[in-house]
Amino acid sequence: MADIATREAYGKALVELGKEHKFYVLSADLADSVKVDYFKKAFPERYIECGIAEANMMGVAAGIASTGVPAVASSYAMFTAGRAYEQIRNSIAYPNLHVVIGASHSGVSVGEDGATHQCCEDIALMRVIPGMTVISPCDAIEATQATKAALLEAKGPVYLRLSRPTSPAVNREDYKFELGKGVVLADGKDVTIVATGLMVAKAMQAREILLAKGIDAAVINIHTIKPIDSELLTTYAKKTGNIVTVEEHSTIGGLGSAVAEVLCENAPCKLTRVGVDDKFGVSGPSNDVLAYFGLTAEGIAEKVEKAVK
Amino acid sequence: MNTEQLNILKEKAKKNRLLALEGIFLAKSGHPGGSFSIAELVTYLYNCEMKVSPADPQMQNRDRLVLSKGHAAPALYAALAQKGFFPEEELKSLRKIGSFLQGHPDSKKTPGIDMSTGSLGQGLSTACGMAFDNQDNFNVYCIVGDGELQEGQIWEAVMLANHFNLSNLYVFVDYNKVQLSGPVDEISLPGDIAKKFETFGWFATEIDGHNFEEIEAALTACKAENRPSVIVCNTVKGKGVSFMEGNPKWHGNAPNAEQYEAAVKEILAAE
Ligand SMILES: Cc1ncc(C[n+]2csc(CCOP(=O)(O)OP(=O)(O)O)c2C)c(N)n1
Ligand SMILES: [Mg+2]
Repeated sequence: MADIATREAYGKALVELGKEHKFYVLSADLADSVKVDYFKKAFPERYIECGIAEANMMGVAAGIASTGVPAVASSYAMFTAGRAYEQIRNSIAYPNLHVVIGASHSGVSVGEDGATHQCCEDIALMRVIPGMTVISPCDAIEATQATKAALLEAKGPVYLRLSRPTSPAVNREDYKFELGKGVVLADGKDVTIVATGLMVAKAMQAREILLAKGIDAAVINIHTIKPIDSELLTTYAKKTGNIVTVEEHSTIGGLGSAVAEVLCENAPCKLTRVGVDDKFGVSGPSNDVLAYFGLTAEGIAEKVEKAVK
Repeated sequence: MNTEQLNILKEKAKKNRLLALEGIFLAKSGHPGGSFSIAELVTYLYNCEMKVSPADPQMQNRDRLVLSKGHAAPALYAALAQKGFFPEEELKSLRKIGSFLQGHPDSKKTPGIDMSTGSLGQGLSTACGMAFDNQDNFNVYCIVGDGELQEGQIWEAVMLANHFNLSNLYVFVDYNKVQLSGPVDEISLPGDIAKKFETFGWFATEIDGHNFEEIEAALTACKAENRPSVIVCNTVKGKGVSFMEGNPKWHGNAPNAEQYEAAVKEILAAE
């Protein structure tokens, strides 16, 4: 599959799913950006344009879901997890309603729009809500299947974290997504890199850089951050004794914290968290911003090398 | 306002559009439509209305401006540069790594910016807060988008401003009839915006937002009232560049080289 953004794969997957399943899709004046315009075109009678009113959109999604029809509510990560946090918690999660929150433009790779639009806190905010499933696909192949799983397999509220830039394909076409199961993309004995979302492809590139330096790193893709695959993480903590987490998110509360929780209780070992270090984002072209925060293959390799020494 | 003053303002608004567009073009991203619709407004505010000091941007008794529709930052940055807050040359760094001109206004980074904005619907509340403690006797101006009025928080602020009678608060609705994904009235009927504010106890007036004399007269009328006021500015999104006018496509897209050249020509040719 060509390099496609996860938001694009999500938008197309919704159309495919819409052919056989009844659900509503809602957006808040961002249908084009979050790619639900495909669904809007295909099923206008099941698309609800809410206008620039995200909190209201979450309430409407909750109401629809309460009648037994799933709802998919879409905007940027900032304006879903951020803007409508309490509506998600109290109107969607507390009654345990099946609403899929499609949150595009997560992390700093949003680029030029800058800090107000770069949400690096959403994984933390969402995973702390009881009953919430949190999924962060790494490429289009995974995003397509994750959208399906979120809608048809998961129960209750689901947060689907999507990205603005194109993602290089990590998985093969025959890849099978399993909700809640981490994926070992490469085995290794010296250290384990645990990554999610856009950082998975970068972690794989980092692995190559490290191999050239004699460091044999395993790479695990944690696409489901909640519930997290404790078993796999525990196995690799014991096997390599050294874990480095990589995410396009704050190092506080996200994947790194979730992994730390698992390790502390099951297999304490050295842990290094790579991500956005307690800072707001900045404006710039997507790749420049990622580089600014050290979220490149080279930046990751450097941190891993340090962790191994 | 005499003809000479009027002509000076028109020239400044023209320059405002050129500077805003250049920044967007060089950044290959940004929002030309909503920047162009407020070119006259920010030009008027910074040249005829607001008490501000480029030499002392933090002056305590300065008038404040909150650009609640923060994506129109290029127009505001250009107005600040034109006023002398920083060199116009800096506008070329818009949206680039290390620049103090972020994609949306950042009050920590940019001299002359009174409040960080970019997430729609939040600016009017902060403007209310600024207007609250008016010991220093300053005015607070706030620019909101017509699509932005869909955010419930706007109306929470509208009720608060009325309740506390924030009479030093002047709100401009940039009624350009278009939001991100299409015409405002196809997404959420705005109804009679002025009347809505009136129902909430505000003084409201409606003008052509590209006409300096009407902006001046409206502000004079607002000042005669002892209550919060709103000026509904009828504008054209993308004003000044024919292929951008009224077209949602130019809400948040940068022109390519060819389009940029054509746009500059049109802006220069305007009367
Ligand atoms: C809370 C929030 N939701 C969504 C967006 C994305 N967004 C940026 S501009 C815009 C449309 C704004 O329309 P309008 O208020 O009419 O502004 P204008 O026409 O003056 O550009 C949207 C939806 C945002 N910045 N903030
Ligand atoms: Mg508008």
